[in-house]
Amino acid sequence: MSIELIIGILNIVLISTTPLVFAGIGELVTEKSGVLNLGLEGLMLVGAVTGFITLVLTGNYFYSLFLSIISGIILSGIFAFLVLNLMTNQIATGLALTIFGIGLSAMLGKKFAGTPIDGLNPYYFIVISFLLVFLVGYFLSKTKSGLIVRAVGENHNSAYALGYNVIKTRYLTIIFGGVMSSLAGYYISICYAPMWQEGMTAGRGWIALALVVFATWKPWRLLVGAYIFGGVAIMQMNLQAFGVELPGQFFNMMPYIATLIVLVFISSNKVRLKLSAPSCLNIPYEKNS
Amino acid sequence: MRYIVEFKNIFKSYPGVIANDDVSFNIKEQSIHAILGENGAGKSTLVKILYGHVKPDSGEILINSNLAIINSPSTAKNLGINMVFQHFSLFESLTVAENLILGMNENISLTKLKDKSKTICDKYGFNLNLNSPISSLSVGQRQSVEIVRSLLNNPKILIMDEPTSVLTPDEIGKLFKIIKNLVKDGLTVIFISHKLEEIINLSDYVTIMRNGKVVSTISTQNENPETLGYKMLGYKVSKVKQVSKINFSQEIFNIKNLSTQSKDPFTINLNKIDLNLKKGQIFGIAGVAGNGQKELMEILLNENDYEFSGDIFFKDLNINNLSTFQRKSLSISYVTEERLGHSAVPEMSLSENIFLSMNHKSEFKKGDFINFEKINSFASDVIKSFNVDTPSYNVKAGKLSGGNLQKFIIGREIMSNPELLILSQPTWGIDAGSEAFIKKTIVELSQKGVSIIIISHDLDELLEVCHEISVLYEGSLSNPLNVEDINITKLGKYMGGLFD
Repeated sequence: MSIELIIGILNIVLISTTPLVFAGIGELVTEKSGVLNLGLEGLMLVGAVTGFITLVLTGNYFYSLFLSIISGIILSGIFAFLVLNLMTNQIATGLALTIFGIGLSAMLGKKFAGTPIDGLNPYYFIVISFLLVFLVGYFLSKTKSGLIVRAVGENHNSAYALGYNVIKTRYLTIIFGGVMSSLAGYYISICYAPMWQEGMTAGRGWIALALVVFATWKPWRLLVGAYIFGGVAIMQMNLQAFGVELPGQFFNMMPYIATLIVLVFISSNKVRLKLSAPSCLNIPYEKNS
Repeated sequence: MRYIVEFKNIFKSYPGVIANDDVSFNIKEQSIHAILGENGAGKSTLVKILYGHVKPDSGEILINSNLAIINSPSTAKNLGINMVFQHFSLFESLTVAENLILGMNENISLTKLKDKSKTICDKYGFNLNLNSPISSLSVGQRQSVEIVRSLLNNPKILIMDEPTSVLTPDEIGKLFKIIKNLVKDGLTVIFISHKLEEIINLSDYVTIMRNGKVVSTISTQNENPETLGYKMLGYKVSKVKQVSKINFSQEIFNIKNLSTQSKDPFTINLNKIDLNLKKGQIFGIAGVAGNGQKELMEILLNENDYEFSGDIFFKDLNINNLSTFQRKSLSISYVTEERLGHSAVPEMSLSENIFLSMNHKSEFKKGDFINFEKINSFASDVIKSFNVDTPSYNVKAGKLSGGNLQKFIIGREIMSNPELLILSQPTWGIDAGSEAFIKKTIVELSQKGVSIIIISHDLDELLEVCHEISVLYEGSLSNPLNVEDINITKLGKYMGGLFD
């Protein structure tokens, strides 16, 4: 195997993994505050199609990025309102958000499928993704605001009793997660592909969700995990190139198998899971009246 | 002295219950003011209203003679009101320092925090390691963290909700000294308790509450536990007295060298526990919460295949690997600490709850069908024999009050004719009437030859009904003490771990 080939593969891994980092780091912050948002896939798709359509119609990268982020804020804001104010079940609401996002993006993007565009250079986003992981890690472990986020996710009743606004904190983390997911989607349709195709995120939202557990809610582990997961996904193309005769479907399922194995491995160690998992994850918060 | 807090006609109701009914009284500045009442008398609701945790339906609170609208804990903290909670409001996985920072009104650097907390710790005699995670601390230490966290905000008023319920007698003494020093330095302390002697020892004034209403606010000077108790309950409760000095002979239940080696930092490892129980004996396991009671109960119940070494014998039969139902079939009965969700399913009727705990008995089944006729008549018997206040056996378990549900659960277990009954916190959080009834029932049961183990944090209860008491401390069980020649100092030392 030549050096060029190895560098080439690493390059592909780098480019293809970035959406996992974006979506994963956003969800990590959301979950740290105690909210499970299963809507990543939907948020990514809507972010992707919004950015793509705006770019096709206006030709302006800034507008397209801006509207893509706005779509993330609106959708995750709706999610936050449902689970925080109306106290709907987080899992059901998140699933609904995904299904809604898949449908909405397909409908909006129908006319635009296959339209050629000039993609953005992915390296800007790759650098930003690394920076983000570092910043989130710093924010959560070193700042008081980060401490409040962790406190709210650890024990929301105590946090409220100490005078913190649990709902406001969770609104902010949910919306941060939403924006990160739409950025992940934007990256896929504008930098990585660059094109629009129905369902083009291809399950990356789900992998990002698994990634947060895999990382036991630690930002730097999330980065490592993202590249392992990304690497597994890329293996499928390259092994085929080396003449390994296995059906393509086998490689398509590899990331999910890896996810399952990791999940089983992680949850077999109850202590580690308990020490790192936010205790109030997925528990609805009811304010005293 | 002027009044620092004035409650004016506070009214608060929840569906089906009036928690505070026209509550009015005043608290003098720089005093220790106790609020006394049974569980459910409305004490906690009232202080939660003062702390902005609960909104009153009507009524006013004056702080320093000014009307205060306290609609959240942060408003209360800005007014100088801080609270130490009964069930601590600490964050388990965070460190002491992080917990302290979270409690502070101002933003503060870590070095400054260290200085400030050190000043407070030195002055009042607390001992804290700022870098330990809360999960590694004992209950007493956790309470210290809570108190220091409140003091860091220089409060004017400190509310303490049942602060002694988790402490050893020794720790209680220390806490009272600290509270008295704090008051000397200008603090006003509102102290909630249902323990009469503590209130007389500690507080200057006491407001007595019953069924959400204020009975009276008096100085504690001329009171004694009997007079206060009568005012709290409105009637006298007679104590049961265990028959003394019996020579028990027949061994019925043995634990030999029971240990656990869990790596989970949230659990306590049991250390070489030995226990001998004889026929007709009541054996108490005392100790502050969180010293291994939960783990010991897990193993006695065997619901979750909790791993342990050592042996458990019931009538010379090794029951180590027997399931909960197999143990029940051997006539061992259990009453667990959690009434709703463990001992009973809140959403199911009393009859259905009978079947759930007794479906190992064939008489309640007709082939694969439930024999409701039998179960309903069994449920009626329990309700009648144990004075359970409920219109019928079709009522959902969750609708019963704590005391009534506990009478029902204990009745259910007793009527299954056990030879060994294991009870965890049998009278925790229930009204005095039900408590007295349950204690009397337990004593009578032992006189019929049933052996009983009671795991409880309530020393008075154990001293009242048990023949022998051991203390559980950090997973080790002390040698048994005969209740006849026990003294409270020795028991206090045991609870602090001072036994061989």
